[in-house]
Amino acid sequence: MRPILMKGHERPLTFLKYNREGDLLFSCAKDHTPTVWFADNGERLGTYRGHNGAVWCCDVSHDSGLLITGSADQSVKLWNVQTGAQLYTFNFGSPARAVDFSVGDKLAVITTDPFMGLPSTIQVKQIARDPSEQTSESVLTIKGPQGRINRAVWGPLNKTIISAGEDAVVRIWDSETGQLLKESDKETGHQKTVTSLSKSADGSHFLTGSLDKSAKLWDIRTLTLIKTYVTERPVNACAISPLLDHVVMGGGQEASHVTTTDRRAGKFEAKFFHKILQEEIGGVKGHFGPINALAFNPDGRSFSSGGEDGYVRLHHFDPEYFNIKM
Amino acid sequence: MAEVVSMADIEATAQRHGIDLSSVDLDSIRLPPGEDFGIKSDDDEDPHQEDPLEFEAGFGNTIVVDNLPVVPPEKFEKLEGVVRKIYSQIGVIREGGLWMPMNPETQKTLGYCFIEYNTPQEAELAREKTNGYKLDKSHIFVVNLLDDFEKYMKVPEEWTPAEINPYTPGENLQQWLTDEKARDQFAIRAATFTEVFWNDSRQLMPDLVYRRQYWTESFVQWSPLGTYLATVHRQGAAVWGGATTFNRLMRFAHPQVKLIDFSPGEKYLVTYSSHEPSNPRDTHRVVLNIFDVRTGKVMRDFKGNADEFAAGGSGGVSGVSWPIFRWGGGKEDKYFARIGKNIISVYETETFTLIDKKSLKVENVMDFTWSPTDPIIALYVPELGGGNQPARVSLVQIPGKEELRQKNLFSVSDCKVYWQSNGEYLAVKVDRYTKTKKSTYTGFELFRIKERDIPIEVLELENKNDKIVAFAWEPKGHRFAVIHGDGPRPDISFYSMRTAHNTGRVSKLTTLKAKQANALYWSPAGHFIVLAGLKGFNGQLEFYNVDELETMATGEHFMATDIEWDPTGRYVATSVTSVHEMENGFHIWSFNGKLLYRIPKDHFYQFLWRPRPPSFLSAEKEEEIAKNLKKYSKKYEAEDQDMSLQLSEQDRKKRKMLQEEWEAWVGKWKQLHEEDRELRVQLREGEASDEEEEYEAKEVEVEEVLEVQEEVVAFDLDED
Repeated sequence: MRPILMKGHERPLTFLKYNREGDLLFSCAKDHTPTVWFADNGERLGTYRGHNGAVWCCDVSHDSGLLITGSADQSVKLWNVQTGAQLYTFNFGSPARAVDFSVGDKLAVITTDPFMGLPSTIQVKQIARDPSEQTSESVLTIKGPQGRINRAVWGPLNKTIISAGEDAVVRIWDSETGQLLKESDKETGHQKTVTSLSKSADGSHFLTGSLDKSAKLWDIRTLTLIKTYVTERPVNACAISPLLDHVVMGGGQEASHVTTTDRRAGKFEAKFFHKILQEEIGGVKGHFGPINALAFNPDGRSFSSGGEDGYVRLHHFDPEYFNIKM
Repeated sequence: MAEVVSMADIEATAQRHGIDLSSVDLDSIRLPPGEDFGIKSDDDEDPHQEDPLEFEAGFGNTIVVDNLPVVPPEKFEKLEGVVRKIYSQIGVIREGGLWMPMNPETQKTLGYCFIEYNTPQEAELAREKTNGYKLDKSHIFVVNLLDDFEKYMKVPEEWTPAEINPYTPGENLQQWLTDEKARDQFAIRAATFTEVFWNDSRQLMPDLVYRRQYWTESFVQWSPLGTYLATVHRQGAAVWGGATTFNRLMRFAHPQVKLIDFSPGEKYLVTYSSHEPSNPRDTHRVVLNIFDVRTGKVMRDFKGNADEFAAGGSGGVSGVSWPIFRWGGGKEDKYFARIGKNIISVYETETFTLIDKKSLKVENVMDFTWSPTDPIIALYVPELGGGNQPARVSLVQIPGKEELRQKNLFSVSDCKVYWQSNGEYLAVKVDRYTKTKKSTYTGFELFRIKERDIPIEVLELENKNDKIVAFAWEPKGHRFAVIHGDGPRPDISFYSMRTAHNTGRVSKLTTLKAKQANALYWSPAGHFIVLAGLKGFNGQLEFYNVDELETMATGEHFMATDIEWDPTGRYVATSVTSVHEMENGFHIWSFNGKLLYRIPKDHFYQFLWRPRPPSFLSAEKEEEIAKNLKKYSKKYEAEDQDMSLQLSEQDRKKRKMLQEEWEAWVGKWKQLHEEDRELRVQLREGEASDEEEEYEAKEVEVEEVLEVQEEVVAFDLDED
């Protein structure tokens, strides 16, 4: 089907997130306003105004009531999804990079960038049911990894936190004590910055994308490397299909290196791979800048991509897609 | 010292000394520097360690000047001044680098001195230039490198007969030609690795033969018949080859070597280096060595400044065009020649001296080329005296130096010479000025070398003003292709030197209009050609059959920079080398344009097919095979079929295995996941909402009042 072009952001996209039911799509961009769209027809529902810097990441609660956003303005904000009202602001000394709600939505993990001599951190905050009781204290603060931590997510039963970032290492931490439990191997792991990390629908495995032009699939409990997908472009974003054994990754030449000669030179396609066979299935063209964000609808029947070009492209799969034989 | 000690002995010794072996960390033991306890290191493969490095502080840059006058102290300073003057002209003498020792008893000098330069090159040059320098009648300098003294001291007084090593049979260097599947090899260089692969087109992937990191310091090169792979290092060049692995066969010492070139019969290797002058006013110094590939002996060396080795022409632009020495006379490697100012120097390899002890004098010669098969030189002299003296192309026979044929050309701006690979035809592309002298147009002069008196024919394109983009002869054939025209879509024409009804004249076969192409790549077996649009044309490829004059296939290798046919003409490799950052890697195509496989490689530098020596089959035999191709091909077709069946079977099995592996993993996960269910429900505060939860979709009708409007509607009461 023809993709739906959603033009609502004025700056490059940074992150995309569907709610659990898959009817809403949240988008973050380097302009300061996260936006919510109807995931079916791409109609814009509203924006969340209040941030004063690029918004890097967001997450939405299980009941689609609460939205959390992390921004370069050194704050993380909680929003009422329906009304767009700002509920609470966590302030930090450095830009916030990643946010993720735990199972049960009672905790959130937040990462902050190294800034003005401060090291990067992973922090866990308690999220109160009633916003008026919300406090800004951190339950846990983890320091250690060098450089930005581009993604941090919860492991099974909120017992662990998985993080990855500029030092190319994927780490699993104990979410109670902050102890480092596991670390990816230098040899088999990524060679360059890990740009993205996304969990499978059942939370059993996760996919990391890296500037070393590959994406890797890991066991979320043991951190065993299961698969590697090699492509010819730096990977900025990746996602796992909840329906079929497919993964998708996007990226492309760094925006500052993009040539003006030919759009194909930059490799701005979203590339589909067979998750198990590790073979390329095909590509979806369209963006005229690198892809920065990718997300599958939880029903697996559509996906959206956000690019450096400021567009969100919403793709509903054609019936043929579901009949691809490998 | 290096005797073998068993573990039991070690344990016994440890017990005797009361050492707990488990507490000893063996990895923490470091040998004292320089001590090897008699254990020889076995990585002698490392070329860096084998050759002495040139240290700035070594004696390599010191010379000893002998036969100086013996002078009393009064004259010491004067002599020192003279010596210093002579030697500082050649290079920069180090501070305190001139030392003239004195006899402490007589207070007179000893008649020699030491001079230390900044670099070994300067010292070498000083030795070369001043050895035999006449200071006066009785003082003729004898100059040696200090390092050489040691060598001379070691010469034994008595002659001892040379030891004759027993003969050990060498490896079969042609082993790769006996491959059962008749595959070809290629070498690639990517990042720090150099790899050699079989092109296994049936498996649709390359098959690794040999891989080595840091094999070369700049590039690799096959010898023309494919026997050797040459690598280039700081200390010199090396050639590798062998039956199954690549062993080093010979090393050719040449410090700072930059370029290498094999003779066509791969008997000789020419190496080239240029060195920064110590004095910025001087030109670069150039050193060329010609080695015998098999013995490693230097057959002849040439030294001089860069100007002497610059390309010909009167004055000309400086800069060396490689190869400096061009080899002639076919595969026998009989002659080699280089161009100089107004001369072409032709050497023969029996004695490595000039033929007839003198160079061929040709006033203002601009360029020359050898026939690929015969000892014939084609040379080009430009127009002189404002057009009074015409430009000239002539063919000269070697070693007789007789002119076989000559052609004068008028109002010429440039000429370029193209030989057909069998030396049967020669095409000269002539750019001429138009009458106004404002622009140029191009024509061709075609020589038939093998016919009596070498007839010349003039060919002009239909549109005389078309620019010639590319020209290429069909290898071993009688046809040629030309890309001509201006603008982004030039035309391509094919011509033949002899058609069935027109044997003595060139005739056009066809013209393809408006093609996105700027380069021509004939198959080495002829008949087929790849019309390629490289660089600006983004890698458009057209596989064209010249026999049938039809396009077999078109393809694209986006951003392709290089194209190379395999030596048999069965496959084509297109590659994107690291001139771009993206898309690096290569594609392999069949001759008829079917993409077989693609290999992406980051930092991709070189793709080189391993050349094959010419076939031993006679022309008649080859023709016979070509006639009965159907008969032969049956066998191979059957093999192909078997292979593809086997492949699909393998593939199916592999997929099944992967699938099963995955399912096993998922199964294990599901079990763990199930065990956690209770805890998860707790985390969600009793909400049984797992992803497996079922929810009902209810259709709810909502009525929304958008607006209420009251309107007074006029009602006509007076209605009937």
